[in-house]
Amino acid sequence: MAERSFAKEVQKLRMGAGEEFSGEGILAITKALLQCGVGYVGGYQGAPISHLMDVLADAQDILGELGVHFEASASEATATAMLAASVHYPIRGACTFKSTVGTNVASDALANLASGGVTGGALIIVGEDYGEGSSIMQERSHAFAMKSQVWLLDPRPNLPSIVKSVEDGFELSEASNTPVMLQVRIKCCHVHGKFVAKDNKRPPTTVADALSNPRRDTGRIVLPPASFLHEKEKVEKRWPAAVDFIRSRQINEFFGAATGRIGLVLQGGMYNGVIRALQRLGLADIYGDTEVPLYVLNAVYPLIDDEFLDFCEGKDAVLIIEEGQPNYIEQAFGSLLYRNGGTTRLLGKGYLPVAGEYTGQVMLEGIGDFLRDQAPELLPDQIRAPNRAEEEPDPAIDLAKVVPGRPPGFCTGCPERPIFAATKLVEQELGPHHIASDIGCHLFSIMPPFDLGATTMGYGLGPASASAFNSPDATRRSISFVGDGGFWHNGLTSSIGNAVFNQSDGVIVIVDNYYSAATGGQDILSSRAANKSKSTKHPITEAVKGIGVKWVRHIDRTYDVTKVRDTLREALTTEEKGPKVIVASSECMLNKQRREKPLASKAIKGGERVVKPRFGVDEDVCTGDHACMRLSGCPSLSVKTLDDPLRDDPVAHVDHTCVGCGNCGEVADAAVLCPSFYRADTVHNPTGAERVSARLSRRVIAWLQRRRESRRLVFSGASA
Amino acid sequence: MTVALDHGPDSVLGDRILRVAILAVGGQGGGVLTNWVVDVAERNGYRAQSTSVAGVAQRTGATIYYVEMCPDRGRQPVFSLSPSPGDVDVMIAAELMEAGRAIIRGFVTPNRTTLIASSHRIAAVSEKIAPGDGRASSHEVEIAAQKAAKTFIGFDMEKMAVEAGSVISSSLFGALAGAGVLPFPRESFEATIRESGRGVEASLRAFALACDEAARRQGGDKMGAPQPPRVEHASAAPLPLGGQPESEDSRTDGPAATRAGEPVGDERLLAQWRELDRRIAALPEVVREMAEPGLRKVVDYQDPAYGAEYLDRLDEALTKDDAAHGFVLSHTAAKYLANAFCYDDVIRVADLKTRSSRSARLRREIGVRDDDVLKVTEYFHPRIEEICGAMPARLGRWIEARPGLATWLDKRVNKGRHIRTDGVFGFGMLWVIGGMRRWRRSLLRHAVEAEHIDRWYRLALGTVARDYDLAVEILKCRRLIKGYSDTHARGLSKFDRVLSALPLLEAQDDAAGWLRRLREAALKDEQGTMLDGALQTVASFAGPSFTGPTQPPEGTAGSAPAA
Repeated sequence: MAERSFAKEVQKLRMGAGEEFSGEGILAITKALLQCGVGYVGGYQGAPISHLMDVLADAQDILGELGVHFEASASEATATAMLAASVHYPIRGACTFKSTVGTNVASDALANLASGGVTGGALIIVGEDYGEGSSIMQERSHAFAMKSQVWLLDPRPNLPSIVKSVEDGFELSEASNTPVMLQVRIKCCHVHGKFVAKDNKRPPTTVADALSNPRRDTGRIVLPPASFLHEKEKVEKRWPAAVDFIRSRQINEFFGAATGRIGLVLQGGMYNGVIRALQRLGLADIYGDTEVPLYVLNAVYPLIDDEFLDFCEGKDAVLIIEEGQPNYIEQAFGSLLYRNGGTTRLLGKGYLPVAGEYTGQVMLEGIGDFLRDQAPELLPDQIRAPNRAEEEPDPAIDLAKVVPGRPPGFCTGCPERPIFAATKLVEQELGPHHIASDIGCHLFSIMPPFDLGATTMGYGLGPASASAFNSPDATRRSISFVGDGGFWHNGLTSSIGNAVFNQSDGVIVIVDNYYSAATGGQDILSSRAANKSKSTKHPITEAVKGIGVKWVRHIDRTYDVTKVRDTLREALTTEEKGPKVIVASSECMLNKQRREKPLASKAIKGGERVVKPRFGVDEDVCTGDHACMRLSGCPSLSVKTLDDPLRDDPVAHVDHTCVGCGNCGEVADAAVLCPSFYRADTVHNPTGAERVSARLSRRVIAWLQRRRESRRLVFSGASA
Repeated sequence: MTVALDHGPDSVLGDRILRVAILAVGGQGGGVLTNWVVDVAERNGYRAQSTSVAGVAQRTGATIYYVEMCPDRGRQPVFSLSPSPGDVDVMIAAELMEAGRAIIRGFVTPNRTTLIASSHRIAAVSEKIAPGDGRASSHEVEIAAQKAAKTFIGFDMEKMAVEAGSVISSSLFGALAGAGVLPFPRESFEATIRESGRGVEASLRAFALACDEAARRQGGDKMGAPQPPRVEHASAAPLPLGGQPESEDSRTDGPAATRAGEPVGDERLLAQWRELDRRIAALPEVVREMAEPGLRKVVDYQDPAYGAEYLDRLDEALTKDDAAHGFVLSHTAAKYLANAFCYDDVIRVADLKTRSSRSARLRREIGVRDDDVLKVTEYFHPRIEEICGAMPARLGRWIEARPGLATWLDKRVNKGRHIRTDGVFGFGMLWVIGGMRRWRRSLLRHAVEAEHIDRWYRLALGTVARDYDLAVEILKCRRLIKGYSDTHARGLSKFDRVLSALPLLEAQDDAAGWLRRLREAALKDEQGTMLDGALQTVASFAGPSFTGPTQPPEGTAGSAPAA
């Protein structure tokens, strides 16, 4: 069960011809797939394409009706390998993942798929996690397209264009027997817009049909001598076919004046940013109408030589607007121009920065400078020679030192927080260790207040990245973390299996929160929930033992900080050789709350007995040293100033968003912090016996309190 | 670069693309607000496009949402997918530091941006983990906002929303309507909320409050009524469940709140209290201001006799003080003596946790209905140090002098104990411990603390004649001692390290200033890394003859309390 339910959105997938679809970019792609008669879809979740996977998972009924097979693949490699179904059979298939990390994982399958080529259209939708909001290394998917010679579409970021790209992509794939990658950037995935829907299409050949009529063609299998022929076929047959298709179907677009001294060449995805810059330069209206010639590459690989040469005809200079580096497009066009004796100046990086996202400001400055230098006569007077100085932010306002950074962190009640609190406590005892981190929410440990973790080398590769630290001379062991998502993605073999085989002596902590949580709470093999269409409840401990780990400990409540700390200490100090694996399990709080909160409210209304926990701080016991926060960082645990002139520092305070996870109390206990915390369990609709017993206790307690207070001075308002 | 020539020859003159950006903290509901903004635009015949940067940023990090809109003339405009510096018409910040972030990023400019910001704070992790007060200055952001924005509308929209039983997206939406920057009638905003379908009535209440407030400020009353420094009082009503993080407060430096008059108690005790009250009344006003709450705290902690002891010690400072110095020394002494007298021991904790006022406060704060049962669990982790501290001084010292025995005993007692204080047994246990108050002054912990106070206080008063300001700063170093067990030990060690610089500072012109800087450095981080750096600086100007920070004047390590 994913973090967000798309039950409502899924109904939009049923829309028929002529109806207006309104929603996120990523949903538009989902709808487009169905309109194209896709036969099967796979993928691996991850921003910015998680919602695509979630929608499909919630749309099992509709997919079933259409005969479309859907898989939540084990990894991006699995998802891409799945496209093998389109090698021999005329079935359209699609897969999706986050790029470039997903493409890295997928590239083995991608290269094999690209070599043999496809019969049915094969579309790979990559969510390009680049620029603001990205959580990964900044690289380009473009290189993968080039190296495996699969075609890369980069449509203008609006819903009708994206939807058309899906349709074009399948046809291009079939016309050129080549898989096609469709690239969508973060903001494009999350853009809300509209397009006019078409009817969904049942795949002409379903996977069931194919299974009944198996086919094979050794010519499509990647094995010599076929593999040598594949390479030739790529350049001799498939490439020209793709170029023909792109040219004849006018996949790339031209805007603005037909002639002009200058022009802009841009990736489709850059279009809105370029138009905004032109709008601000007074050269385009709000609809994007402009006199500046634009050549928009909705297909960025392969490039169409004569289209570009025609565009350059009669122009003094063109500016290539290509986000990311290396600047493959600029290089290709430069060489093309030179080989054809072109005299047009080719400009790009230089006016525009080599690296980094092409934000609105970057575009405005880059295009503005290009025009001022190359075609100043185009610019309105106000822009060319403004009377008023450009409005710069007031330099007197320097808030950079004031405003604190706010990186993402563990949610309120996160079960991973106590694991790192325990790690910090164990390090206080045994000294600092080399800690290898992995991909997932648990990577937030690298930031304050925990400051734990030295590297992150890829999904499921945490323990693998500590594999060099295995020395008989060492006095300390390495600690490595891997999440349940990473564990099943790749970690079981690459990390755990590797550690067993190489007799690693390190400590491995598997953070099991019942979901692939960082990507939105999708189910995985070890999820505890029953899932209609997936097989879950496969314990990680069994897998770990199965692969040969002897020292395995399972902690089934991570909030028990003392136990986690003691187990870690044992793992770090035991005489036993070989990998020490601790599986620390507790449900992702975000998902747990979403699941349990409505049920609890309903139960309370229905008169059922429900216990609701919450934590609090006795503010007069708290001394304001904030030791608790240095072991927590929970959003619901914050500071507040007391109305007490005797106090200098703010005290700890638990607000009403507390979910009563228990970390505060456990940490106070394990770290021997202070007795300020209390846990308050409200019993809604208590049983009769409970009520009577509570009333009696309260009476006795009240009597004791009266007795004590009659013998002292009681100040109103003081020390409540 | 803001000359906007958005319209070409064919378009309707005056049609502009309005740019609205929203900065929020992950989990604040920025997505809901974004959808509402799009809805109200479409409701008024506009085309709108929204984008967001989701992903892991939503996990409590700073997030940004962006909406563009323009009148619908039957043709799709080209909207941008992200805001640009100097190109934003309306900037909505769901938290004050996020407004600061918007200003840093250049999204707020004086010729066009209306900045709508909730003035409440959600402390970032870096602000919370400082041992002292690590919170950023709201004031600086507010000043910057006034300068940076064309119009700045800022008030506590979080509080407004919570009081209306809603969440901040409603009040932000109200402020957006009230600011009058979008050309849409108020009714259409309300219609948008009505159609969203969940918690409509509460949302509309929060919307209306914020809308009126924003309109009032937009009408010229920009600064609003002068507000006293904010302090959080326990709210009388239980807060709605599932709300947003409640407001953080700003620093308070204001005068002490006037407290209710006389305490309640039997005549004998009251007579003693009145005697103390008369002594307080005789103090200079500046001193009285602090001595009053100080005395209350000390008497509340122990008894009137202890209060008399407190006033006696305060008098020692007064005899060395005068009006020419503004009685700063005595004022400071009144504050830190009270805190030192009320050291946090097991008895104190047990006492505070068994009071009737505490039971009442818990039920109120948690929001327990009368027929519901409240179970309360306290987390204690006693160590042998605390046990010895609660023993008669001689016995406690006898045990502490035998490490083998102390370790053996520690193994028996040193573990976490979860005590249920809603039950008679758990409560009774704490009640008994709280009752040890009457013997407190004969216990080991008291002996240790009294000695420590005496040494510190004498050091301070002994410095007055030579350097009045330095004496005041020595008194203030008491602030470093706080917390329980290890934290307390660390505080003590910082206290000792700061004071260890005294011999070096005495030769300096600005000894008081340097001691203050050392103390502030000590409050920056847990381990005292900043303090060590500052001490080295002090050592460096102390000359080559100096070989490093000296040991504290005397070994001041006391038994570290934890309960």
